[in-house]
Amino acid sequence: MPTRPLSPHLQVYKLTYTMVTSGLHRITGLGLSAGLLLLVYWLMAVAGGARSFARATVILSSPLARVVYAGLVVAFCYHLSAGIRHLISDTGRGLERAQSRASAKATIAVSIVLVLVIGYCLWVGGAHFR
Amino acid sequence: MSLRSPLSRVLGMGTARQGVDHWWLQRLTAVALVPLSIWFLVSLLTLPSLDQATVSAWMAHSSSALLLVLLVLASAWHSRLGVAVVVEDYVHGGLKAVTLVLFTFVHVLVAAAGVLAILRVALRGAP
Repeated sequence: MPTRPLSPHLQVYKLTYTMVTSGLHRITGLGLSAGLLLLVYWLMAVAGGARSFARATVILSSPLARVVYAGLVVAFCYHLSAGIRHLISDTGRGLERAQSRASAKATIAVSIVLVLVIGYCLWVGGAHFR
Repeated sequence: MSLRSPLSRVLGMGTARQGVDHWWLQRLTAVALVPLSIWFLVSLLTLPSLDQATVSAWMAHSSSALLLVLLVLASAWHSRLGVAVVVEDYVHGGLKAVTLVLFTFVHVLVAAAGVLAILRVALRGAP
């Protein structure tokens, strides 16, 4: 390993909105990567027929799995809104200091709203999720 | 005329001429995943039940099978690129290459398993 300082060299900087949103984008992305494993496990259980699905349901509807789903919903909402912000940044727009700080805050606000909307839908419409 | 010395090229320094590919595919799959992931979420929320019969009937529809295949492929590729960036940042030395290859294999395996599962249901559903 080289002795020169390497890229994520976080501990020397003061935390800023833009930094935290960027870091969260990465962490939620990793979480969603793990969620992809869960999605494929679910698809395989469905494809395996009624008996394999019943076996998978024991794991997929366990209390721990429900906590994981809640985490995945939060990660998804955040990664979606922050991802769209990054796509806009890629076009060179909104990169001024004040603008990027405002959009970082907006990203957090939008993801909270998305989580609440999904939570509301689950509460009202998704009786089968309980 | 290239300004790079033969030595730097041998040592693998500087561009590998693949950076744009990684960057572009990450964005391309991101744009695709916006509608695909929202469609998947809304589908899950609006299915009348999540038991095996309902889910496999939904998966057997050619439109949902097609979108699910696209969702699995785009997510796996997007995830593979994202995980690779994280590995490149935090894993160093010889372990880096090993980890990158390992995660690539895992992503290909997950994508293939997902597509196979969807096709099993979709093709069984055809009369």
